[in-house]
Amino acid sequence: MFWNSFALAVNAIKRNLLRSFLTVLGIIIGVAAVITMVTVGRGATQSVSDQISAMGTNQLIVRPGQRRGSGANTPKFKQKDVDLIKTQVTGITGVAPYSTLSATVIFQAKNYTTLITGTTNDFFTVGNWVLQSGRQFYDNELNSGKASCILGTTVKNKLFGKENPQGQRIRVKQFTCEVIGVLESKGQSTWGTDQDDKVLMPLKTVHRRLLGSLDIERMAVKVADSNKISIAQTKITELIRQSRRLPDNMENDFRVLDMRQIIQTLTGTTRVLTMLLGAVAAVSLLVGGIGIMNIMLVSVTERTKEIGIRLAIGALEKHVLMQFLIEAVVLSSIGGVLGLILAAGLSIFGASLMGVPFIFDLQINILAFLFAASIGILFGFVPARRAARLNPIDALRHE
Amino acid sequence: MTLIQFKNVTKTYGSGDSTFRALKGLNLAIEDGEFLALMGPSGSGKSTTMNIAACLDTLTSGSYLFQNVPVENLNTYQRTLLRRNFLGFIFQGFNLLPRSSALENVELPLIYRGDKVLERRSAANAALEKVGLSNWRNHTPSELSGGQQQRVAIARAIVTKPKILLADEPTGNLDSQTSEEIMSLLTSLNRDLGITVIMVTHEPQMAEYASRVVHFLDGQITN
Repeated sequence: MFWNSFALAVNAIKRNLLRSFLTVLGIIIGVAAVITMVTVGRGATQSVSDQISAMGTNQLIVRPGQRRGSGANTPKFKQKDVDLIKTQVTGITGVAPYSTLSATVIFQAKNYTTLITGTTNDFFTVGNWVLQSGRQFYDNELNSGKASCILGTTVKNKLFGKENPQGQRIRVKQFTCEVIGVLESKGQSTWGTDQDDKVLMPLKTVHRRLLGSLDIERMAVKVADSNKISIAQTKITELIRQSRRLPDNMENDFRVLDMRQIIQTLTGTTRVLTMLLGAVAAVSLLVGGIGIMNIMLVSVTERTKEIGIRLAIGALEKHVLMQFLIEAVVLSSIGGVLGLILAAGLSIFGASLMGVPFIFDLQINILAFLFAASIGILFGFVPARRAARLNPIDALRHE
Repeated sequence: MTLIQFKNVTKTYGSGDSTFRALKGLNLAIEDGEFLALMGPSGSGKSTTMNIAACLDTLTSGSYLFQNVPVENLNTYQRTLLRRNFLGFIFQGFNLLPRSSALENVELPLIYRGDKVLERRSAANAALEKVGLSNWRNHTPSELSGGQQQRVAIARAIVTKPKILLADEPTGNLDSQTSEEIMSLLTSLNRDLGITVIMVTHEPQMAEYASRVVHFLDGQITN
């Protein structure tokens, strides 16, 4: 009986191919929209957390600036702050100071404006940076402020192309410095900046030869145990307050940020957006369901006589109910399947367009399909029941 | 043996001021193996009688007995079973499913009865052979003449081996020669298979094939 109803449904759908297609279009679009939104959204969330992880996990960023108002005149850090954290806070594996400035670097006829970062070898530990070639700074280079530099891949490509920059000298302002290494590429950051667009120099070199001050812009601290990040955070805050002799009633004039919190905030935002967009897309599924109901009602009216014949020669109400219900479910399921296929294409396209990874999510695919199929049951029931409850005498007279 | 019996049956359509009394106390007994013709002008109650006999319509008062079982006490499901197993129908307008082949149309009642594929296929073929349409089994109604369509309808009616064949103006849409063929087919079914035939007709020539003619007028039998 079921297979007969199924065959009948398929025949009825085939008979009005264009109409059936237009009917299921709503479902196709709905399913495809839900899946695409969620898949691309998941990809975006993933890429955000990936990129932040690439910047270094278990990281605390110590920056000048108050929580409220402008941070323009808040004091910068000094070398003693770095030493203080290094010696007083337990369970940390590195403190990387950063002093940056924008400058043009020149090699032979080529020049390129980039970000010069003065730091120490802790930069590598804290930021999970690896060298593609060459070496880190020697201690004596760091202590004496020697003109050595390590290039990001973007700078290396701009100045040297495919040549080996090792041992070459590049010009920065009034001095030249020797290239001692090249960083492994990290690509774009979450905020769209090119992380490979930089030149590293010893902190002292930047202070003496480029900035002319001993200010440290910010510090990144790597904590060994991820469970002890908040302890380290508190400890660092206390230390800096003490060293600056901030009275208890004064707010911090610096900030200690936990990278995890930044990750959570950013991925949380994309997750909420994903859900929101998915919900909007789900509304179109509902609209698709109403389309199916409408066309099924038309179909019942159109086939009143056929229903009358079936009822007169021995079909039970449930047979007719099944026939129309299955037709509605088959319609919406076809829409579901086509929607899945469309969604796969759209998700891959959308993900590559937005530069986020394509993450196939089986769960949302199954969910969207089942939702589509149950919309067939939901919206097919009323027309099917109307068909089943027809009076056979009236139905037979219907022209 | 009395097969079906109408006992003081009345049927009223509508309610309030606009009521129409289609049957006013009908008493009629039909024996097993009869060939009955119901005649009378439009609105005289013969179609209502047919619908009640077919268990498609309910009566307002009185009793309709099928093999001594009062049908008005049965529910929709039981009436459908009764219709499915004991009754066959043919209509003036043939009422075949337009896009299904002759064979599929004849098979339909067996599908609803739940017969197995092979059983119902051979039963349907046998029924088509009985009405002389074996070679037309794969044609759809639109590819068949009016007489052939009515034969398919008869095959569909007898495929369940019913006790009663209810024919509502079976020749109303056919020319006289085809009508005669259909009537001789009905006669032979009545004679050879012992199927009781109840036929509504307007045409006296067709009524002549019947073993008994019942005349209706204004919701009552006149003869």
